[in-house]
Amino acid sequence: MAILKPILYILVYPGLLFLLLYSTFCEWFDRKLYARMQNRIGPLHTGRSGILQPIADIVKLCAKEDIVPEKADKRMFSALPVFALAIVCTAALYLPVWHYGSASSFNSFPGDLIVVAYLLTLPTLIFFLAGWHSTNFFSTIGGVRVLTMLFGYEIPLLLALLSPAVLAGSWRILEIATFFQKQPLLLLVNLIGFFVALVALQAKLERVPFDIPHAETEIVGGQFTEYSGKKLAFFRLLGDIEMVVGSGLIAAVFLGGFPGGLLPGLAWFIVKTLFVIFLLAAMRAATSRIRIDQMINFSWRWLAPLAVLQLFIVIIIKGMVS
Amino acid sequence: MEFKVSLGPQHPALHEPISLRMTLDGEIIRDADLKLGYNHRGIEKLAESRTFIQNLYLTERICGICSFSHQTCFTQGVEKLMELVPAKRGLYIRTLVCELERVHSHLLWLGVAGQEAGFESFFMYTWRDREVVMDILDTISGNRVHYSMNTFGGVRRDIDEIQRKHILDSLDLLRTRTEYYLNLAATEPTFVGRLSGVGKLSKEQAIALCAVGPTLRASGVPMDVRKDDPYAVYDEIPFEVCTADSCDVLGRAVVRVKELMQSYNIIEFLLKNLPAGPIKVKAPRKVKENEVFSRYEAPRGENVHYIKSNGSDKPERLKVRAPTLANYPATIAMLKDGFIADIPLIFAAIDPCICCAERLVQLDHPRSGESKVLTFSQLRQMANQRYKNKQFKKKETLWPF
Repeated sequence: MAILKPILYILVYPGLLFLLLYSTFCEWFDRKLYARMQNRIGPLHTGRSGILQPIADIVKLCAKEDIVPEKADKRMFSALPVFALAIVCTAALYLPVWHYGSASSFNSFPGDLIVVAYLLTLPTLIFFLAGWHSTNFFSTIGGVRVLTMLFGYEIPLLLALLSPAVLAGSWRILEIATFFQKQPLLLLVNLIGFFVALVALQAKLERVPFDIPHAETEIVGGQFTEYSGKKLAFFRLLGDIEMVVGSGLIAAVFLGGFPGGLLPGLAWFIVKTLFVIFLLAAMRAATSRIRIDQMINFSWRWLAPLAVLQLFIVIIIKGMVS
Repeated sequence: MEFKVSLGPQHPALHEPISLRMTLDGEIIRDADLKLGYNHRGIEKLAESRTFIQNLYLTERICGICSFSHQTCFTQGVEKLMELVPAKRGLYIRTLVCELERVHSHLLWLGVAGQEAGFESFFMYTWRDREVVMDILDTISGNRVHYSMNTFGGVRRDIDEIQRKHILDSLDLLRTRTEYYLNLAATEPTFVGRLSGVGKLSKEQAIALCAVGPTLRASGVPMDVRKDDPYAVYDEIPFEVCTADSCDVLGRAVVRVKELMQSYNIIEFLLKNLPAGPIKVKAPRKVKENEVFSRYEAPRGENVHYIKSNGSDKPERLKVRAPTLANYPATIAMLKDGFIADIPLIFAAIDPCICCAERLVQLDHPRSGESKVLTFSQLRQMANQRYKNKQFKKKETLWPF
């Protein structure tokens, strides 16, 4: 039993199987919302209301010809999508969907918040490498933009994640979530941080207004210009899973986690991540893409000071509470 | 590090083939150039072998967006050659269709600007509202793209009371929507941040580089053929020439939205003052030997047709200068020292219609002066030879996992 649970954890829930199915569902949900906000219908034909469309897209991409550029570093070019997908799936394991009590285990230990934040940063680096190893002009520009953007949003995101941790007095996601479940009113303290984390997550996911690295009308496909077939399908899937993990992290840290064991926890997980994805889709529909210099300006002029302000508020409140 | 890069002829931001050649320094454009000539249709040559009546429908097919502009420009030129005074009611209806076309073209441009700036919602909304104008044009002419309304001496279809009411009702909807877009384009911070200060073109530059249309007017030059050299019934209609002083892409967007509001007023005026009477007068088949220069304010700027007749029922020469061609020099000036991210916006801001501006260019050898004409089969042979010599390597796709 003790061995079975980690295996279930890795393979079924919240591991690979659940992630694959749920991330495609989230993509459908996001696309459908985005379409309705734009007065469109969105996916319609594959499955009921087009719910199978993301899976169909991936199957179709896998069937396409797989081209590797002649001048590209072939091993790196092929290995990068797999690494990136593996890293993001690993990050998903640290989401506290099954309560483990106070005992430390392989997927819940003091400091796992930092581990998830770190694992979510790695795909960005891989995007850069993917762009760089494609040796295409558009890919290279896209890769450089990925890194430039990383310097903009990463620090506000970390600072924003820091404030609930400081308030709860723990670096363990599970303990942060439990703390806020006991005192739900304290969630309101973190509203600014929640907003900052949401915007930073949008930038991390490279969606409008931060889809600068693969801005279609400027640099074609950005870092993915040369990718096709299965490899592109991996990157697409990676984006979906990153969205689930990112919104799951925000839900765990800022929205009080997923209490109540297996099934109620699953229900909470779905409700809360879909809420975060709804906010992300609304942000995507209401804005226009900005330039890379405007993005960096915005991050350091608004996001970072707001995150620091949030930290100050949290420290003062913590002094008052204790 | 400076490097040279070519955007196009195939690129997602370009809807038609053209090559933008740029010298880049990181994200900044140091130098820019345009390479034309990817598309040639031979319309000018074709026009010489067709009668004037047939050419009406040929000139319409120069462009898919400003089809009526080219047709009207040609019609007015030929009417001048024929010394024909068109019927008054016909002229009113012709002007009405001109303005409806301007409305649909400007709404289309707004959507394209939104798309190039990465603002997809804006694109979807403007294109939805554009359907209202397309429906109006459909009820008037029976067609959505090529209206075929003009004929020498007037127009081919009349407007009845039901159509008149339908247009007036639809105008209210369009007005409210356009006001909303004006408000949105002026207040949405990400959109304004993307458009303002981009693609600067000073007043002096705009005049020196012969820019036309909204590009020129956004640089503060109130130049409009409808006002300067009125054709059809524009001398009877009260309207203003819209300008902006910001000299950037935002100014060009504002000019177009303001022109939309003016167009609605013009359409309302035309419908309320529609005179009774015939819609056309009889036109002769043959045209005396003469030549004419016809100007027309298309949605994109000044459109120019030069027509030469030789006394037969066919033109001896038709020369078309689409407004896009006049805006190319200004585009190059605007692109310099901009960001890569601004290329699609700056280029789209002139509302390029690339295939309308393409002409065949025959290059003579600089020293001997010889020119070479290649047939299609010779070109195919050359292409096959080139790929045979290149010898592509066959290789396995690498997928180790």
